[in-house]
Parts: sequence; C-alpha cells; structure tokens
Amino acid sequence: MHETRRVPRNKVRRAPIWGCALALLLALTACAGTGSASPGATGQPVKVMVFAAASLRDAFTDIGAAYSRTHPNVVVTFNFAGSDTLAQQIAQGAPADLFASANATQMDVAVKSGAIAGSGVKTFAHNRLVLIYPTANPAHIQTLRDIARPGVKVDLAARSVPVGQYALDFLAKASADPAFGPGYRAAVLKNVVSYETDVKAVLAKIVLGEADAGIVYTTDAATASGKVGAITIPDALNSIATYPIGVVNGSKQAAAARDVLNYIVAAQGQGRLGKYGFLPGSDGRQYTPPGR
Amino acid sequence: MKLKLPTAPSKDPIQPIPEPDEDSTLSRSTGAGRLSFLGRLTLVLASLPLLIFFILPLVALVLRVPLHDPLAALTDPAVWQAVRLSLATTLVTLGLVLLGGTPLALLLGRWRFPGRAALETVLDLPLVLPPAVAGIALLMAFGRFGLLGGVLSAFGITIPFTTVAVVLAQVFVAGPLYIRTAIGAFAAVERDLEDAAAVDGAGPIRIFRFVTLPLAAVPLAGGAVMTWARALGEFGATIIFAGNLPGISQTMPLAIYLGFEQDLTAALTLSLLLLFVSFAVLFLVRGILRQRTIDVAR
Repeated sequence: MHETRRVPRNKVRRAPIWGCALALLLALTACAGTGSASPGATGQPVKVMVFAAASLRDAFTDIGAAYSRTHPNVVVTFNFAGSDTLAQQIAQGAPADLFASANATQMDVAVKSGAIAGSGVKTFAHNRLVLIYPTANPAHIQTLRDIARPGVKVDLAARSVPVGQYALDFLAKASADPAFGPGYRAAVLKNVVSYETDVKAVLAKIVLGEADAGIVYTTDAATASGKVGAITIPDALNSIATYPIGVVNGSKQAAAARDVLNYIVAAQGQGRLGKYGFLPGSDGRQYTPPGR
Repeated sequence: MKLKLPTAPSKDPIQPIPEPDEDSTLSRSTGAGRLSFLGRLTLVLASLPLLIFFILPLVALVLRVPLHDPLAALTDPAVWQAVRLSLATTLVTLGLVLLGGTPLALLLGRWRFPGRAALETVLDLPLVLPPAVAGIALLMAFGRFGLLGGVLSAFGITIPFTTVAVVLAQVFVAGPLYIRTAIGAFAAVERDLEDAAAVDGAGPIRIFRFVTLPLAAVPLAGGAVMTWARALGEFGATIIFAGNLPGISQTMPLAIYLGFEQDLTAALTLSLLLLFVSFAVLFLVRGILRQRTIDVAR
C-alpha cells in the first residue's frame, strides 16, 4: 500500500515542505529582531517572571517594556491568565517571581498556601465593571435592564475569575434595587450562554458579535473602543476591583522582583496604568492579608 | 487504582521493553529479537528517559487523588453532568465521523484524481493545528457573523454556545484521525478479492459490505477509537466555539479546567476518571484488534 501511495504524494508534498521551511525561517528571523532585550548589557541579564491577571495584559506589557528600557540588565517576562489559574499554579510551586491578581480572593489563595508573604503585598490599581455589547448591537441593548430580556445572549466570566464574581455581585446588588426588581438576577443568569475562563475571552465573544452583551472591566472595554459599545454601571451597584501584587516566596530574583513591584506602585507605573483606564492603587480599598 | 486489565499481555506485539521472543513469528522477529544482550541493554537505557517522562505525570496524578475518599467528587451532580455530556457528544461525534468519514476515505483511498494529495493534507491539518485555531476557524465559518452565519440565521439556527457546537468542534478536531486511518485501510484491501466477488455477481454494496469492510475492519476500528478518545479530550476548540455552560457545553475537560481553579480535588478525580476510562478503552480495543489481527493472519 505504501509503495503505490508514496509516488504521487511526494510530488505534491514537496511544495508545502519548502513553504513551511520558508515560513519557519521568517518566523525565526522575526523573533531575532524583537526578542533579544538589551544585547549591550554586560553580565547575565536578570529574569523576572510576573504572573499577572489577564486584564493587565496591555498595561503590564507596556510597563515591562518601559522598565527594561531604564533597567537594561533586567528582563521582565509575563504569564497572563485568569487570576484563579495563576493563584493555583503559584500555590503548586510555579516559578513566578511576582503575582499580580485582579482581586483579593485569589491573592488570599496564594498567601494562605504560603507562597506569598501577605505583609509585603501592595495594592497597585483599581478597576470597575462595565456592560458591553457589539457595535452592531443585534439585541438592541440600550440600558442595563435590557440584558434581562428573554433571548438575549449574555456572556460572563466564570465565577472563579474575579470579574465573573464581580459581575454576580453586580447582579445581586441590582436585584436589591427597586429600579431593576428582584427578578433581575435570575432573568440575566437564565440568559447566560457561556462562562468564559478569562475576561479577554468575554471581550472577544462580544467583539465577534457572537454574544449580545457581556460584563468586563472598563479597561478591557477601552482596548476595543469602536468594536464594542459600553453602558456604565453606577457606582452604587459597581464592584470596584482591587488589584494586589506581591513577591513570591522562594523567588530567585527577590530583590529585582521587589524593585519591579516598587516601580509599578510608584509614579511611573501608576501613570502607565492610568493610561489604560485603571484607577490609582492608593485611592480606595487596600489589600489586607487574610486573618489567621 | 489498578492500572492493568486482565488480558493476555504476553502476546502484545508492542512491548515497551524488549523481551526475548519465544515464538518468533515473521512479524515479530524484526525488532529487538535479533539484538545482542549489549544491544538490548543500550536500547533499554536509551528508551528509559522518555518512557519515564510519559509515565511519571500519570503516576503523580494518581498519587495526588485523596485515597480516603476518591469518590467524593463523583457525588457532585455538576461532575456527572459533565460526564454525561461528554459521553453523549463524543458518541454522536463518532457516529457522524463514521457515517461521513467512511465514504470520504473510500474516495480518497481508491481514486486518483488531481489534487488528491493536497486534499489529504488539508484533512490532516486539524491534527496539527492548535485546537484554539480550530475553534476560531469554526466561529468564522458557523458563527453569527461568520461565513454561513447569514444563511443559518435565515433558518433561525444559531450554532455557537450550543451542544451542536460541541459536536462540531469534536468532529473537526478528532474526525481526521479516523479518516486518515480509513484511507490507508481501504487502499490496502486487495482489489483482486473485490474483483473476484464482482465476477461472482456481487453488486458494489454487497462487495463493500462482505469483502472490503471485513478486510479493513481492524484499522477502521482502531481509527474510530482514536477519534473517540481524542473527542473525549477536546478542550480548546470547544471552549472557543461552544463556550462553557454546565449541561450545554461544559464537557469533562472544561469541567476539569474550571475545577482546577475552584476545587483541585474534583478536578483531580475527574482527571483520574478520564485517564482510567481512556486507558481501559484503548487497552481493550488494542486487545481486540490484536486478536483480530492474529485471526486474519491465520
């Protein structure tokens, strides 16, 4: 069987193989162009691995680049995912130097596991929720009440992700508000078509127009302006997210990690976070480690 | 947790560690049987690192499940919901792949036409693409604003966020495993036997049913099982295309992923269940196939 099949196959497959080789070569050269940070620095560059909540992707990438410009011997790398995933990974001994969570709960998980010393944790940002819908607005979402209408496809983050829990908090608070009525929460939850694993997935489903409405952070909505419309959630109903950051115990680069943390909390980092729509860390609630 | 099922392992043609061949048949004498002791030792030592690498994480998983109460998580209705959904969707997937994949494989295995090799390569793509790419591609095709979105919504059909989407994701990602094997299986069937049946007056359907299918049955079954197992483990395309909602689209792998974040014990138990079921099915089918192979050889 192989004998008869091979002859025509080789002929046709040769072209894809060369195509693949070329693509690989291009990819490698592209990496070489952008990947190497500060080749002029003397000595071994110090690598700081930051595990950060998915909602921090754009702001932290920017801060990391700015930090590396002024600290050429430090390479800051990021692992962005849902805070819950990251907290579990750190509790299981993942080699992170810093952990930036999108809520106190997941920082508590890391602190309770002994992976992070609670006393060193600082609050570096706050964020708030917003309801978004695709610009085409197929379900004609105009007010917060519209997402309780039967048949509207609502996309939320899973409860295990901070933004998912905040969204549930908002629904509970709204149900207690006569303007929404006690059935609001149940009606919205009945409309949920998916519980995504992180906030960026919710944003993507709305940008693609697959879901009619979703609840994300203001900062996420800002990254997709023009592709999504946003409806403000009033302060009284809004959960203001607290973002804590801490150095992971056993980090081999604890000093460098501490320096990156201070940079994020100081004016330079705060300015850049503000550019992406985050509220300053020093205003409002501060992280308090779990009591023992 | 028992890792061995009662079968006849001595007949296994694919022993992980070479053993001396007592009954040296033609098919088996080609491997380690010819090597000297030193040669075998070298082979064993060279094989060990990767072998340990494959086995160690599985052992670690089994060891981490709290043994005093291994079934506690199974009483959770959410876990059962995921198990039921996984079984139902993967069986439908398997049915669809067999139904649609068999004629496709027959076509590609028998006919030579321009572009056939390119077509086969396209069918191989889902096997190497990251499942997330498959999920995005499915959204682009069947999503509300996808290529067929307008047509589908004209008929009042929406696919994303439904159980149908779960099945489509599984068919797309896992189907090629069966098709690939089936193409080879049909190509390997001796045409003379079919011609002989035709001379005896059998129609094409009878020939397929009584000659081609039995001769190709062993690899076909193997391909079907691989497709089923791959569909059972499907995660990336499902979560992007079908979303994650208990009872609708939250299959076992999705429940494990979310469970990993919420409740490690439940995730571990589900992982172990998936591991055990996969192992049992693969092992049993391997045994059945071996029996059939020996029968055919006789």
